[in-house]
Amino acid sequence: METAEAGAQAQDAMMQEVEVHLRIKRFDPDVDKRPHWEEYFVKLKPSDTVLTALHTVKWTIDGTLSFRRSCAHGVCGSDAMMINGVNRLGCVNLISDVGTSLVIEPVRGLPVIKDLVVDMEPFFAQYRSVMPYLINADDPGYTERRQSPEDRARFDDTTKCILCGACSTSCPVYWANDQYVGPAAIVNAHRFIFDSRDQARAERLEIMNQKSGVWRCRTAFNCTDACPRGIKVTEAIEEVKRAILYDRS
Amino acid sequence: MVRENPCKTGAVNIHYHSYDAVIVGAGGAGMRAAIETAGKMRTAVITKLYPTRSHTGAAQGGMCAALSNVEEDYWEWHAFDTVKGSDYLGDQDAIDVMCREAIDAVVDLEHFGLPFSRTPDGKIDQRRFGGHTRNHGEAPVRRACYAADRTGHMILQTLYQRCVASGVNFFNEFQVFDVLFEGEGEDRRAAGVVAYEMATGDLHVFASKGVLFATGGFGRIFQISSNAHTLTGDGPALLFARGIPLEDMEFYQFHPTGIYGIGILLTEGARGEGGILRNGLGERFMERVAPTVKDLAPRDMVSRAIHAEIREGRGAGPNKDYVYLDLTHLPPEQIDAKLPDISGFVRTYLGLEPKTDPIPIQPTAHYAMGGIPTNVNGEVVIDSAGTVLPGLYAAGECACVSVHGANRLGTNSLLDINVFGRRGGRRMAEYVAGVDHPSVGKEAAGDVRDRIEQIKASNGKEKVAALRAELQQAMMRDASVVRTAESLENASRVLAELRERYRDISIDDKGSVFNFDLTEAIELGSLLDLAGTLLAGAMARNESRGAHWRDDYPVRDDANWMKHTLAYREPDGTVRLEYKPVVGGRYQPMERKY
Ligand SMILES: Cc1cc2nc3c(=O)[nH]c(=O)nc-3n(C[C@H](O)[C@H](O)[C@H](O)COP(=O)(O)OP(=O)(O)OC[C@H]3O[C@@H](n4cnc5c(N)ncnc54)[C@H](O)[C@@H]3O)c2cc1C
Ligand code: FES
Repeated sequence: METAEAGAQAQDAMMQEVEVHLRIKRFDPDVDKRPHWEEYFVKLKPSDTVLTALHTVKWTIDGTLSFRRSCAHGVCGSDAMMINGVNRLGCVNLISDVGTSLVIEPVRGLPVIKDLVVDMEPFFAQYRSVMPYLINADDPGYTERRQSPEDRARFDDTTKCILCGACSTSCPVYWANDQYVGPAAIVNAHRFIFDSRDQARAERLEIMNQKSGVWRCRTAFNCTDACPRGIKVTEAIEEVKRAILYDRS
Repeated sequence: MVRENPCKTGAVNIHYHSYDAVIVGAGGAGMRAAIETAGKMRTAVITKLYPTRSHTGAAQGGMCAALSNVEEDYWEWHAFDTVKGSDYLGDQDAIDVMCREAIDAVVDLEHFGLPFSRTPDGKIDQRRFGGHTRNHGEAPVRRACYAADRTGHMILQTLYQRCVASGVNFFNEFQVFDVLFEGEGEDRRAAGVVAYEMATGDLHVFASKGVLFATGGFGRIFQISSNAHTLTGDGPALLFARGIPLEDMEFYQFHPTGIYGIGILLTEGARGEGGILRNGLGERFMERVAPTVKDLAPRDMVSRAIHAEIREGRGAGPNKDYVYLDLTHLPPEQIDAKLPDISGFVRTYLGLEPKTDPIPIQPTAHYAMGGIPTNVNGEVVIDSAGTVLPGLYAAGECACVSVHGANRLGTNSLLDINVFGRRGGRRMAEYVAGVDHPSVGKEAAGDVRDRIEQIKASNGKEKVAALRAELQQAMMRDASVVRTAESLENASRVLAELRERYRDISIDDKGSVFNFDLTEAIELGSLLDLAGTLLAGAMARNESRGAHWRDDYPVRDDANWMKHTLAYREPDGTVRLEYKPVVGGRYQPMERKY
């Protein structure tokens, strides 16, 4: 149990409160013409998350602050935001990771509605445009289709996507070009292109080959850095590119 | 600090829509129902979250079905385990339906594209889970179908993908605050809902022949919870306010392994893979409590065992208030392959490495066995005789069929949402085809509008977040894993005071766009009402059964209490209790030993 004791001591240090300084970019369409900054000071434990910092502001200082959140542990994809210049989920980043001086802004590339809440509709429209569903016309009968563990592993990484938008909204091409479907949509296309059960590979690759598709990607790697699920996004995009070039069948 | 934004009271826009079917909630249950009605009739799915944000996505471990892909298994064995796990409060007709249709439900999901983990020969792989056994309790059985430790995520994504494929009409970020009926007494039938559009603050009246509620759980009545912030029981609470009873609300499951202090869940799959619980002395205490299945005993037993270890001074840590989940003896590759997500949670939130460090855990509020009473077709029943209220349906965690009785077995909820989501959707489709459109008055949204205006206009001195925290603490302390008459009375006193203070709340945000200050205020009202039904049921039930443990009545009392509780709201706001019999079947009550 020695490691447990060491762990417990490390945990104690995480319980000492520190002062956290937040600068949050605010915008309320009811009253504002353009966004402005507001500052808040809150006391938190280093083990608290950025989401907790925002809740503390909302619940004890200023109830007008708006941000989306639900699960509070990185599985629902509600709270992608820019924290100190980088896209992250508020709920999986601890104060001890990001520091006690925080600059928080909405993600870029989607229209801001209020404070940290952006319009996700364009993002979901891009997602829908890649036919994000299994297509297989064969009648499998009353039993499961078979898939080997190797075939299943082929697309495992891209099944992890939670559609938070952190990748797409970190991509310079996505900011500049509203035609580009963006990394998240490509990740979801990849998930089906490399699923041995799917029969619409050719159609999907055709979509990916269009002007709005994979060729817009300039391999900036921002998306891979931003992904809270650790999906190798750039690699997935490259795999789709290679599939278009070498094995479109 | 807080800037004024204009109070737009008096100027609420109200929109009117007409549909054949409305589904409230787009988690697993709501979307599974939508797949049954989409394309067949005009359907609206109304959801306060984007569908893929629903908490079904947080489910980790698996979904049980007796596929016998890796071991001999029969749906009857599954049914036996479920009946026994329910502490004989589950209705056996409904349990039979669920366990028999489990196989189809899994196969359906596979056909929809769900990427299950596979066996070497390409079949859906299966693993062990608490309370699931071969041949009526002989030994643990591999029955849980899974996709790594993100089974719920894959179910939610797959169902959403299916909905996109079939063009389901979603109203995202619309929060339902009221239900509409037409007619009185025996002629009463469902007629629609009233929803609040978060992006604009406008109200929407949806007139509809059929209404299916699938709004999920209400774990946020407790302080330590595995449930999302948004799981506030809106559906059951608004129906309760309109005179629909709620069933078995005193049965609330605490999952044994929540991350200490924050409640984030570490799946039972971790023990299915061989993880062990240890107290502060390093002892494997489950050996004493459940000699046969040990760490894989059902949740109520394991949570109580942890509670007892802590109470008797054998907890770990500076305050001796937690125990350990120990995975350190498992091969590191197995942890990486089978439990990647939960390992990530432990690293992120505790800064510990599960391959080398035991993990501090405590029981966490997890699952509502109780809810809106339904029959096996998802039809809402409003009395002990099983009278159906036409046009009204419920499925998923907000409903009570009852297949989980006094204690749900792990993996049976992902199953429940799929089996009864499908059944509810189908039955609603049949019903809708045979009736005409209800008429809904111009003033249908009046009550919701008035409530919103009143909250926005109030200058009261109470704050929503503070009241909610007090409620959650009181419920955790006095009405969670172990209860007594005295603790429940304490909680009731706190609740009565909080209700009084709730009348005096005010909010900062008076605006119309994404006003979560307002929606949280209304959600708190739901939590308070549901806590009231929970406490009333728990106080009356002078026995211990499943998740409801009374230290002052520590035995199950089948002679007096093998019955379901129905809680009704009286006009003065108090709770009246009635009871209805449990549907028996093949399995007679016996002592629950594992
Ligand atoms: C961490 C965790 C792990 C779990 N693991 C397992 C497991 O391994 N196996 C298992 O079987 N079960 C598991 N469960 C339980 C299971 O996941 C849930 O019971 C189940 O997913 C609930 O599904 P649902 O569709 O009923 O509700 P949810 O998925 O919670 O969906 C609720 C929906 O209702 C909507 N909604 C709510 N209120 C309103 C309103 N007022 N207006 C409009 N829309 C509204 C929401 O937007 C959401 O779309 C787990 C639960 C948790 C919390
Ligand atoms: S709140 Fe769900 S991902 Fe952060």
